Amino acid sequence: MDNLLSTREACGLTLQNMGHKEKDIVVLDADLSGSTQTKKFADKFPNRFFNVGCAEQNLIGTAAGLAIGGKTAFAGTFAMFLMRAWEQIRNTVAHDNLNVKLLGSHSGLTNSKDGGSHQCLEDIALMCCLPNMSVLNPVDAIEAEKIVINEVYRKGPSYIRMNRISTPAINTDDYNFEFGKAVEIREGEDLTIIATGTMVSEAVKASEKLKKEDIKARVLNVHTIKPIDKNSILKSAKETGHIITVEEHSIYGGLGSAVAGIIVENYPVPMKIMGVNDRFGESGDYNYLINKFGLNDVEIVKNAKELYGDRK
Amino acid sequence: MLKMIRKLKDKATVIRRHIIKMVHSAGSGHPGGSLSCTDILVVLYFHVMKHDPQKKDRERDRFILSKGHAAPALYATLAECGYFPISKLETLRKNGGYLQGHPDSSIPGVEVSSGSLGQGLSVANGIALAARLDENPSRVFVLLGDGECDEGQVWEAAMLSAHYKLDNLVAIVDRNGLQIDGQTEQIMCLEPFSKKWESFGWHVIEIDGNNIEEIIKAFNETENIIGKPTVIIAHTFKGKGVSFMEGKCAFHGKAPTDEEMIRALEELK
Repeated sequence: MDNLLSTREACGLTLQNMGHKEKDIVVLDADLSGSTQTKKFADKFPNRFFNVGCAEQNLIGTAAGLAIGGKTAFAGTFAMFLMRAWEQIRNTVAHDNLNVKLLGSHSGLTNSKDGGSHQCLEDIALMCCLPNMSVLNPVDAIEAEKIVINEVYRKGPSYIRMNRISTPAINTDDYNFEFGKAVEIREGEDLTIIATGTMVSEAVKASEKLKKEDIKARVLNVHTIKPIDKNSILKSAKETGHIITVEEHSIYGGLGSAVAGIIVENYPVPMKIMGVNDRFGESGDYNYLINKFGLNDVEIVKNAKELYGDRK
Repeated sequence: MLKMIRKLKDKATVIRRHIIKMVHSAGSGHPGGSLSCTDILVVLYFHVMKHDPQKKDRERDRFILSKGHAAPALYATLAECGYFPISKLETLRKNGGYLQGHPDSSIPGVEVSSGSLGQGLSVANGIALAARLDENPSRVFVLLGDGECDEGQVWEAAMLSAHYKLDNLVAIVDRNGLQIDGQTEQIMCLEPFSKKWESFGWHVIEIDGNNIEEIIKAFNETENIIGKPTVIIAHTFKGKGVSFMEGKCAFHGKAPTDEEMIRALEELK
C-alpha cells in the first residue's frame, strides 16, 4: 500500500483487492462513490455494488438487509451524512449486531472547504455510545488497509473513520495491526500524548519538540477508539503521570472522554483533553482550520508544558 | 379450497384471541393494528410462505414486520406455527420477559428487530438483493402500516425496489386508515395512495385485507409479476373482529380492560 494515499483511497483499494477473494463482500454508497472511493470496488464488481442515491436512511437499511442475507456490507458516504441515519444505525445495525461496516469519509475538518455543514466533529461520540458498535480511526493508508481487512473477517458492526486528505505516513508495511490495541509509537516517561487519526502525526512532532526541552513525551496511537485499550492507557497513566488526548473531533464524547473515563475511575492523574472546543467547523484550507482550532504540535507542546511543567 | 379457507379463518380467530389476552395481560400494547393485519399474517404463514419453524433454512421465505407495533399479531402467529411455545405469549412486555414490546431478532422467527417506523422496506430490499446475488429462490414479504408511509425512508426504499426490479419482494400495506393521532387523511394525506406506488414503479394490487379469499388471490397474483416489485394495498379495519374496537383510534395503543377482554373473547369464537 502506498502510504502517501489518503485513508479513504486506501480503504477503496483494499475493498477492491478483497473483493476478488471474498465473494460475500458487498459495498453500498449514497451517490458519493467517487469521493468515498467505493467506486474502486464498483468498477470491478458492479453486481455487488449498490448505489442507493442520495438516501442515507435507505443506505443503512439496505446494508442491514444484505447483512441479514449473509453478506458483509460496507456502506460509505461522508461521515457527516452517515450521522443522518444514526437512528437506523442504532435500531437495526447495532441492535441486531449485523455485519455492516460503516465507512465515514471526509471526517473531522478534512472536508475543509465545504464548510461546517460537511465537516463532522461528532461522529466518534455518536458511534461510541452504541452497544455492539466498534469505532476505528486509521492513522494512515497502511493502517487503513489492515483495518479494512480485519473488518472483512471480524463479525459485528463497525464505524471506520476516513479522511479526505493524505496524512503523513506513520507505519511501514511490516506493521502488525491488532484490533483494540493502542500502539506506542514514541517512548517517554514524563507524560503521554494519546492521539487518534490525523492528530497522531502532530503528537509525534510535539513529542520531538518536547524532547529538546527535556520532556520525554510518550505517544500512543489509538486506532480503535471502541473497544478502547484500557490497559495501555492505565499503564501510561501509571508510568508517565500526565495524559494529554488530542483528536480532530469535539472535546465531548470522543477519545478524550473515553480516556478520561478510564483515568478517573482507576488511576486519576492530571489530564488535558484537546479537540474542537464545542463549535462547528467553517470553510478554509485544512491547515488554516487545524491551526485556527488549535489542533497542532505547537498547541500540544504548550499544553504539555503547562500540564507537566507546573508539577515538575 | 373451502376447507382450507375455513381452517385459515379459524386460525385467524385463535390468533385474535391470543392478541386480546396478551395485550390485556401486558397492560399496554397495540391491539388495533394487530387485529387489522391478522388475516394477512395467517395467509402468509399458514398458506403462502415456505418456512420451517424447526430449522433456519437458507432458502426460507422471509417476513419483516415493518409496522413493529403489531408485534402481538406476529408473536401469536409465530407461536401458532411452532417457533416457540404458546405459553410464552403471556410474557409480552413483562419484566425479564421472552417477548419484547416490539419485534426483537432474539426471538425465534423474527428476522430483524423493528418498531421504529419506516425502516422495514429498506431491510427487505437488502435481503432481496442478497437472495438475488446468491441465486437463492427465497421471497421476501414486508408488512407496512399506512401511517408508517408518512416516513420518507419508505419512499427512498420504494424507489430502490423498483430500480433494482425486485420481483422477489412483496410489500403489503395494512391500509386501516388510522394512525395514533387520527385518520391518515387528516393527519397527513396519503391519497392517491395506489397511484403513488404505481408512479414509483410498483405493480399494485388492492384488496379487502380482512378477506382471506382475496388475500390468497392477491398473493397468487404476485407470483406472476416479473421485473418489478408488487405492493398489496390491503384495506382493513383497525381492531377487526372486535365490534367495539373496529375503526377506533382509541385502541391503537391501549390495552382492553378486564370487562372489555371478556366481551372481546365472547365475540371471537
